[in-house]
Amino acid sequence: MHFIDRRLNPQDKSLTNRQRFIRRAKGQIKEAMEQSLKQRTIADPKSGDKIAIPAKSIQEPRFRLSGQGGQREIVAPGNKEFVEGDRLPRPRGGGGGGGRQAQDSGEGEDEFVFTLTEDEFLELFFEDLELPDLIKTQLKEETAFKHSRAGYSVNGSPANLSVVRTMRNSLARRIALRRPKREEIEAAEKRLAELEAEPHPTSSELAEIETLREKLKVWSRRVKAVPYIDPIDVRYNRFDITPHPNTQAVMFCLMDVSGSMDERAKDLAKRFFMLLHMFLKRRYDHVAVVFIRHTHEAKEVDEQTFFYSRESGGTVVSTALEEMRKVLAARFPLDEWNIYAAQASDGENFDNDSERCLQLLSEELLPKSQYYAYIEIGDTREADLLRDEDSGGQLWRTYRTLLEDWPNFAMKRIFSPADIYPVFRQLFAKQQARAR
Amino acid sequence: MSDLISDTPTPAPAGRTPLFEGAEWNFATLRQAYDAIHDVAVNDLGLDIYPNQIEIITAEQMLDAYSSVGMPLMYRHWSFGKRFVQDDAMYKRGLQSLAYEIVINSNPCISYNMEENTMTMQTLVMAHAAFGHNHFFKNNYLFQQWTDAEGILDYMKFAKDFISQCEERYGLEQVEMTLDSAHALMDHGVNRYARPRKPNYRREEQRMKERLEHAEQSVNVLWSTLPAKPEAKEIPLSEEEREEQRRLLGLPEENILYFLEKHSPFLHPWQRELIRIVRNIAQYFYPQKQTKVMNEGCATFVHYTIMNILYDRGQLTDGAMLEFIDMHARVVMQPEFDKPYYGGINPYALGFAMMQDIRRICEEPTPEDREWFPDIAGCGDWRGTLRDIWANFRDESFIQQYLSPHLIRKLRLFMVHDDAARADLMINAIHDERGYRRIRQALAQQHDLSYREPNIQVADADLRGTRQLLLKHFVHNGVPLEEREARSVLTHVSRLWGYAVRLQGVDQETGRILYEFAAPAP
Repeated sequence: MHFIDRRLNPQDKSLTNRQRFIRRAKGQIKEAMEQSLKQRTIADPKSGDKIAIPAKSIQEPRFRLSGQGGQREIVAPGNKEFVEGDRLPRPRGGGGGGGRQAQDSGEGEDEFVFTLTEDEFLELFFEDLELPDLIKTQLKEETAFKHSRAGYSVNGSPANLSVVRTMRNSLARRIALRRPKREEIEAAEKRLAELEAEPHPTSSELAEIETLREKLKVWSRRVKAVPYIDPIDVRYNRFDITPHPNTQAVMFCLMDVSGSMDERAKDLAKRFFMLLHMFLKRRYDHVAVVFIRHTHEAKEVDEQTFFYSRESGGTVVSTALEEMRKVLAARFPLDEWNIYAAQASDGENFDNDSERCLQLLSEELLPKSQYYAYIEIGDTREADLLRDEDSGGQLWRTYRTLLEDWPNFAMKRIFSPADIYPVFRQLFAKQQARAR
Repeated sequence: MSDLISDTPTPAPAGRTPLFEGAEWNFATLRQAYDAIHDVAVNDLGLDIYPNQIEIITAEQMLDAYSSVGMPLMYRHWSFGKRFVQDDAMYKRGLQSLAYEIVINSNPCISYNMEENTMTMQTLVMAHAAFGHNHFFKNNYLFQQWTDAEGILDYMKFAKDFISQCEERYGLEQVEMTLDSAHALMDHGVNRYARPRKPNYRREEQRMKERLEHAEQSVNVLWSTLPAKPEAKEIPLSEEEREEQRRLLGLPEENILYFLEKHSPFLHPWQRELIRIVRNIAQYFYPQKQTKVMNEGCATFVHYTIMNILYDRGQLTDGAMLEFIDMHARVVMQPEFDKPYYGGINPYALGFAMMQDIRRICEEPTPEDREWFPDIAGCGDWRGTLRDIWANFRDESFIQQYLSPHLIRKLRLFMVHDDAARADLMINAIHDERGYRRIRQALAQQHDLSYREPNIQVADADLRGTRQLLLKHFVHNGVPLEEREARSVLTHVSRLWGYAVRLQGVDQETGRILYEFAAPAP
């Protein structure tokens, strides 16, 4: 007999099977996922996503006897008042009451519920989605490693030996243990040789010879006992290997939070940014996100404020663009960052400001951005009216003039939560919609 | 449960100290408890066991083990993943707690104990699995005849490797499709009646190589006369010719997987091997399906008896004993039929109750027992009697033979007759003089696999014309197949057979054809 402790064995033995199951049920899972995304009102859509798919689609059929029909005799425990020959009505629902054993599976369970891990969720969610202009990214995708000094260590490879630190330790130890210096020994030996060469040494010289010999004996013992360099002196330079991300992206989220943006519009914009946010987090090792919201003036805020705090005021879109330009110049040098921006608005703008926007975009922002997406949140009542891409508010019409010159600029309209996912896919569709 | 703690309370002998105190366990206390259990199991109960290998695992590993039907090694398939995500979700939402142990019919006998168990639970689990189940596996005739405990782990390793090689060579999709189809017929991939050759899984690998070589070198004579292009045209055969054809194919055949493996015209040799693997695994588990009540009853009886003896010897503290009683009571709980959580007869409860009852009959029989069980009543040797029963019965015959009137009364068993043609149910028998035998008969039948699972056989295959395969379901008491599922299983059959398949439901008594499903050629 023996006990084996398996607790430290590799976990996730079922991982492959789990992946196979998800691959198998992919169609249904994605459907369920889109459904749940559409209906979700708030909150982080990522983690612990419970997914319910029709059990039929992943059924493992067997030849089974039906729960109904025919004649059967069932033995059950716990008789109370029945006597032989009693008749009783058939209980509803087949199982339970009459003692009919519940079927193992098959009928009854029409939904198969389980939980996707965050990774699985995102994998499915972003499947066949890519950001446009990925060439830059692809070139930089691998993480480079950088060695940086991180003090000294007592072990390491000989190449990293720190001579200075080692010798300092050695010297300190030698002094502390009173190891004789070589010069001292040599001087003493020389003196001894001189004295011994004397044909008629005086008694004081004889005494000196004696002391010198004694001293040299002690010294030679001490030299042997106290090594010049002891292993405990040795120090190595220590290096830390730190990942040096050269795939970094910054995502600018611009949103109009003025009074004209009602709760519904904000909610839609919020969801759009959420998806975007998730997507970038997925794609890049390091993603900086800058949230800029604006009314008649713009401010960089944190995520919480961006999504959840209220503000009122007019609408001057260009303030947000100006703020973005400032942040960009101050913190995100172009040779190190991929710039992405998404702007959400209801399409309203202060008169004459649209021209200013156009100028900022085409002169400052678009040349620097990998991608700039504008989504306009339309009123449901106008949905039919505004299906036509050419008609629209002032901002919309102004922005449309950018489309021709700037392949990295895209714009879309969203009317309802159900529109978000398709639009999102369209915006970032794998095949780059417009030729570069 | 009138006698929960001990049948004959004896004072704890002086000098024995408790094996452990408190809930925490470590390997030293596990070992001590194991040795004490071993002493009782072997020297008192006279159990005969395979060497034990007890593995401590985490909850996650337990979930892994669940999904691969308890086997430490299993080939990969999405259906195991499905089971995993389901159990995982149930467990994480707190809807389901995990089993305390899983035990494998192998030599050495492997049992998994969860690390979360308290020391009392570990003791219970060791007595239950490492001794109760272990003894049953080693001694019951079904396991001896149908399984090879020595070779199963090696065989599973071989199967896993072989299947992953196939996946590399023939593609995941192809392998998955074949396995899906074979799994659909798993319940019909066993030899139910024919006395089998004692399996030897270690030779399987060698035999497979021989078969594959043989298949490459030879042509299936039976099929060589077929026209190259299948034409759906009936070629009239005389009755003798048909008979001859059936004889050549070994029909009728109840083991559908076996038939397809041997006679399907279009399977590649590796696909036949996959079917064979599924078939071997089905056969390996077949005894367990037939001995649920006995196997669990045996293990439960053994742990109950051992824990009580340990307590009587002063080796368990009162606290540990109370914890044990609480757990044991939950294991053997049998809700009555009208309770909302009633889910049929609990095999643990029935098996344990019957074995306790047999002990009672051996030790303190009533006149009624003497009349019903003259050969064991009052013999006193309950250990030998039970060992003999564990070795030589399966659920159906065990109940048929040993369910006593005393227990029928205690459980207040009754029998309902459910005729779909009538609007109401009828009480057929209750726990009285007239009812005992009928209840016993019916309960035994309820545990007989050949009644619980549909009796489906390969009846005929038209080799010359349409090449249609004919399956027959022999309908018992008019209980039909679950149609939707049956139809999709038929699709799987046709996938393995290569041509159209028909399934006829034939009334067992009258021979009348009750229904017919068909699946076209794939």
